[in-house]
Amino acid sequence: MSDQFDVRYVAQLARLALSEDEVTKFQGQLGHILSYVEQLKEVDVTGVEPTAHAQQVTNVFRADASRPGLEHAAALANAPRAANGLIVVPKVIE
Amino acid sequence: MSKLAEKTATELKGLLHSGATSCVEIMQSVLAEIRARESDVHAFITVRDESEVLKDAAEVDARRQRGESVGALAGLPIALKDNICTLGLRTTAGSRMLEKYVPPYDATVVKRVRGADGIIIGKTNMDEFSMGSSTENSAYGPTRNPRDLSRVPGGTSGGSAAAVAANMAILALGSDTGGSIRQPASFCGVVGMKPTYGRVSRFGLIAYGSSLDQIGPIARSVEDAALLLSVISGHDANDSTSLNLPAITSEAPAQARKLRIGVPKEYFGEGLSGEVRGAIEASIAQMQREGHTLVDISLPHTKYAIPTYYLIACAEASANLARYDGVRYGHRVADPADLLDMYARSRETGLGEEVKRRIVLGTFTLSAGYSEAYYLRAQKVRTLIRRDFEQAFEQCDLIASPVAPTTAFKLGEKTSDPLAMYLGDIYSVTANLTGLPALSAPAGHAPDGLPVGIQFTARSADDAALFHSGHTLSQ
Repeated sequence: MSDQFDVRYVAQLARLALSEDEVTKFQGQLGHILSYVEQLKEVDVTGVEPTAHAQQVTNVFRADASRPGLEHAAALANAPRAANGLIVVPKVIE
Repeated sequence: MSKLAEKTATELKGLLHSGATSCVEIMQSVLAEIRARESDVHAFITVRDESEVLKDAAEVDARRQRGESVGALAGLPIALKDNICTLGLRTTAGSRMLEKYVPPYDATVVKRVRGADGIIIGKTNMDEFSMGSSTENSAYGPTRNPRDLSRVPGGTSGGSAAAVAANMAILALGSDTGGSIRQPASFCGVVGMKPTYGRVSRFGLIAYGSSLDQIGPIARSVEDAALLLSVISGHDANDSTSLNLPAITSEAPAQARKLRIGVPKEYFGEGLSGEVRGAIEASIAQMQREGHTLVDISLPHTKYAIPTYYLIACAEASANLARYDGVRYGHRVADPADLLDMYARSRETGLGEEVKRRIVLGTFTLSAGYSEAYYLRAQKVRTLIRRDFEQAFEQCDLIASPVAPTTAFKLGEKTSDPLAMYLGDIYSVTANLTGLPALSAPAGHAPDGLPVGIQFTARSADDAALFHSGHTLSQ
């Protein structure tokens, strides 16, 4: 299983531009960690339901009515680049 | 006569009520400690301006003098871990990614602290995005243990624990995903507590593992921890995992409950250092002398707790940290070639090594073809771990255990091997996996003088039982 772990490919999925050194380092360290977690395969989980949440909770909804949100200026205040009341990003569509 | 900054919140409230001291005097005492010790300890990322906090303190004094009501936190200085959003006050999560981030809102717990007249003194240091066990993963430099400056304070709430231990705050808030409140409390010799999952709102807590994270109190006494917990607890419509639980009282119990204390055999095997074992066993014996009953219990899936935790936590983290893309807030690289380049290089340069490692691991274990073998399987083992505890609580009311296998280790001692660092979480991750409340209280010292904490875990929603147990051990 851990042989099939390709750090470069996974980093691409996670939108991380890892350096060559990081790729090498992580390939080793994460391979080692994955070998360690392999021991979970020893556990008999037949018929066991997965726990997604510690408490048995169900979805909570509120009434579909609009409420005030963040003020425009507050929402823009941390933007790395802003202009004309909008957040500026590199071109999305060619 | 000890300094004001050394006293507990409970003692200080008494002195304030009787007019023997003022909020301004208390704040001055704490500020003096910060001036004296912060350059060595480095508990804070941001300390608020002295004149501002003194002004806040004077305002509470004035209200008290006019006979107006003052909240339960009485104008006392409170430190907040820097992953809790504070309106208008920089919040970094210990990362370069959020170095300049100023939240446009208060976390729910912050609203509650302010509403109770707590005065925020500053934001404390932490492992980046709550990933670590020593506060060495902070992008702002490590915090040093006030008891021994060559050692770590623990993590990830190392700054909050160190601030309270060094008298640079009277109370603090931390967050706990795998032991991040309890382990630093143990290493620094203070009280730290993780509530039942859902008791405290996570709205405004910068997320790491959403099914595991909880905010909790760090304090000098169990009574103080109960006080702060009672202020921050409560259902919150802004957190859909928040529960409606009966309130915790901060009052000392009229009569301490006599409890059955479960001692899990799997927690006292290899890997537990002699000095920690000695202190824990002495505390448990003490509890027996006080009239509590000891019960031998077994938690058979203990050895699977760490791999289960790391698979779930890293998977959830990979999703929670996807938002740090350089678009709306946080660090963005200059001159990105295109959108994809902006994402990839902003994340590469803004996020630290441990964070990237966990994102890569989490992404892998959720990816097509692997999620069943890793993530789903971990969630099933999580169910079995939960069942272990449910069965144990048929025979006992509290489970006693170490918090960590060792006392505070030296700075740099564990940083080269990530897995070695992970293994130190063996006793603490189960409370997060199960959602159960757990507390670390000082249980004396190792022969070399380093603090040792004892952990108690209680049934879901029975957080009050933890405070009863701690009373027995309080100095």
